[in-house]
Amino acid sequence: MNEIGLTHILFVSTMLFFIGVYGFLTRKNMITMLMAVELILNSVNINFIAFNKYLYGDKLDGLFFTIFIITIAAAEAAVAIAIIINLYRNLKSIDVDDADIMKF
Amino acid sequence: MNASTMVFYILSAVILGGALLSVTAKKIFRAAVFLLFSLIGIAGLYFYLNYEFIAAVQIVVYVGGIVVLIIFSIFLTHESGRDMKEPSMISNLFAVFACCFAAALTYLFIKEEHFNATPNPTLEPSARNIGTQMLDITRYGYILPFEAVSILLLAAMIGCIVIAIKLKPKE
Repeated sequence: MNEIGLTHILFVSTMLFFIGVYGFLTRKNMITMLMAVELILNSVNINFIAFNKYLYGDKLDGLFFTIFIITIAAAEAAVAIAIIINLYRNLKSIDVDDADIMKF
Repeated sequence: MNASTMVFYILSAVILGGALLSVTAKKIFRAAVFLLFSLIGIAGLYFYLNYEFIAAVQIVVYVGGIVVLIIFSIFLTHESGRDMKEPSMISNLFAVFACCFAAALTYLFIKEEHFNATPNPTLEPSARNIGTQMLDITRYGYILPFEAVSILLLAAMIGCIVIAIKLKPKE
């Protein structure tokens, strides 16, 4: 147990992923759901970096995947918040249960 | 237990504790602040693994960008002192069960797996190596995804403006 191995880091990222999934399943507020998605994406980033560090130290591919995931997460968060603000303007609420105007 | 191990466990405690409080906090502003702690802990984990560039990107983009954006949108859409709705008992129970069992299953797989590291000499993840390979136009370069993601960012920016723009009602 003295040496921090790949298994430890994978365990942390697994826990982080399922905490994010728990938040996504239980929250009803759109901004908190977005936060849960950010946690999930971050756990994936930790996985990529850990595999790159411990298994494929001669390459940088995991690192590039992390960079592109961070970029796309930033774009996704910006678009999601624009949609949330627009929805708030129309419905005066950002609860997912209230956003049912597209139901037939 | 040496100092390096201690640092790892402290970082893990910050990451997981922040994440757990972030998904269970009653007030939405507190949830955003706990998310901030969790993201800073993840940046610390990247520093711990000697990936300084990714740690810097994590701090700049997540801590400086996304969390600030989230906090702004909380101020625009909420009375941030108010408590949020509690999840119903049954959905909470099922979510906890699903996540615990899935985490346990994944943990079993991780524990059983034997990973084999590559014997090749390691490549330093310095900014020079990252930049050289990212803008490389030969076989192992990442110039095409780089360009694609730049177009994606432009499209996202225009899309955000179009979605959130407030049109004046016609006279």
